[in-house]
Amino acid sequence: MNDLGLFVPGSSPVHRLPAGVKLGALVALGVASILLEGVVAIVVGLIVMLGLFGLAGFTPLLAWRQVKPLRWILLFIAVFQWWARGWEAAVDVVGVIVLLVLAASLVTLTTRTSALVDVIVVVLRPLRFLGVKPERVGLLIALGIRAVPIAVGFSAEVRDAQRARGLGPSPRAYAAPLIVKSLRHADAVGEALVARGME
Amino acid sequence: MPVVELTGVSHQFGEGSARRTVLADVNVRFSESRVGVVGANGSGKSTFARLLNGLIIPTQGDVAVDGLSTARHGREIRRRVGFCFTDPDAQIVMPTVGEDVAFSLRSSDLSKEQVAERVAQVLGQFGLADLADRPSHLLSGGQKQLLALAAVLVSEPNLVVMDEPTTLLDMRNSRMIGEYVSGLDTQVVLVTHHLELLESFDRVLVFDEARLVCDDTPAAAVEHYRRLMG
Repeated sequence: MNDLGLFVPGSSPVHRLPAGVKLGALVALGVASILLEGVVAIVVGLIVMLGLFGLAGFTPLLAWRQVKPLRWILLFIAVFQWWARGWEAAVDVVGVIVLLVLAASLVTLTTRTSALVDVIVVVLRPLRFLGVKPERVGLLIALGIRAVPIAVGFSAEVRDAQRARGLGPSPRAYAAPLIVKSLRHADAVGEALVARGME
Repeated sequence: MPVVELTGVSHQFGEGSARRTVLADVNVRFSESRVGVVGANGSGKSTFARLLNGLIIPTQGDVAVDGLSTARHGREIRRRVGFCFTDPDAQIVMPTVGEDVAFSLRSSDLSKEQVAERVAQVLGQFGLADLADRPSHLLSGGQKQLLALAAVLVSEPNLVVMDEPTTLLDMRNSRMIGEYVSGLDTQVVLVTHHLELLESFDRVLVFDEARLVCDDTPAAAVEHYRRLMG
C-alpha cells in the first residue's frame, strides 16, 4: 500500500469503473461541494467516502495516509476558520477539503495513469483550435504523477545528507540542494523524452 | 547492422571564454554488432553516445546512421536509435512498469490490444512480467535499468546506445544487464567503465581529452586505456 495516491491494482467495482466516469464524478463532487454545509452533511459525506474506499478493497488506514501529509495545513485552516467564522465554518471548510482529497486519491488509487491520460486527451481534443496539444497535457499530468515519488525520494536524500553532516533543520540548507536536484532531474527527463521520440 | 558514420565531428559547449571542446575531429565508421566505448570522466564518450541518436548535434562535421544525418532527420533517427541513460529514473516517465513500456509505442500504428500484447512479450523477455502493475519507483536499481532497456527495445530500434547503464548498479545487477545486452539481436553501442562487459565485443573505441585515441579489438583497446589511466 502506498501513501502517494499511486495506482494499486485490483478488480473491485471501483477499479472496474471507466476512468471517464470516475473523473466526471470527481468534477461533479468538486462542483457540488460548494453546497455541502453542516456537520451532518460532512460526516455523511466522509462515511460514504470511506465506504467507497472499503468497496475498492482499501482500509481506513490507507484513506488516512492520503490526508496525513496535509494535517498541519488542515489544522491551520481549521484554527483560522474557527477564529474568523466560528467552529461550524471550520468543520465545513476542512471537511470539504478532506472529502475532495479522499475522492481524488480514490480515483488515482483505482485508475491507471494511462487511462486517466486517455480521458484527458479526449476531453481536451476540442481545444486543439486554441493551440492546446492534448497529448502534451496528458503527458504533463503523467509526468506530474510520476514525479511525486521522485521528489519524495530527493527530499529524504537531502534530509539524510544534512543529518550525516550534523546539520540541524535549516530551510535554506534543505531547499537549495532539493531545488538543484529537482532541476537537474527535470533536465535529464527532458533529454530522455527527446531520446524516446517526444519532440 | 546499421552503418554509423562520424565525419570530421567536433563539438563545443558554452559561449565566449567558457567555451569548451568536448569532442575534437572524430572520424569513425562502424557496422559491427557490438561496439564498446571507454574513456575517463570528461573524455567525450557520453557526448559521442548522444551524437548517435541526435540528442546532440555536432557544432562541426556530420553524424549519419544508415546514411541519414542526425542533424536533418532527427525524428527518423530516434525511431531507429534507442538510448539508455545511466540513471533509469530519468528515463522512466510513467508511474507503472507496464505503462512505461507502452509509452514507447504511443505513436505506433498498433491497436490497444496489440500494444498490450507487445508490452507483455517484452516484459516477459526481461523477467518483468509479474511486475507490470508495480509502481516503477518501487523497483530495485537493476529492475529499473531492465525496465529502461525494455522500454527502449519494445519499439524495435536498429541500434541501442547505452550510456554507462551499469554505473549505478552492484556487481550482480551489472552482470545481469551485461547478460541481457549480450543476448540482444540489435546492434549495441555500450559506453562503460565496466571493462569486463566488453570482452566479447567486436570493437572498442577509447576516448581521451575529447579525442578518439584508439579504435581496436577489445583486448588491445582496453590495454591502451589501462596505459592511459596509468
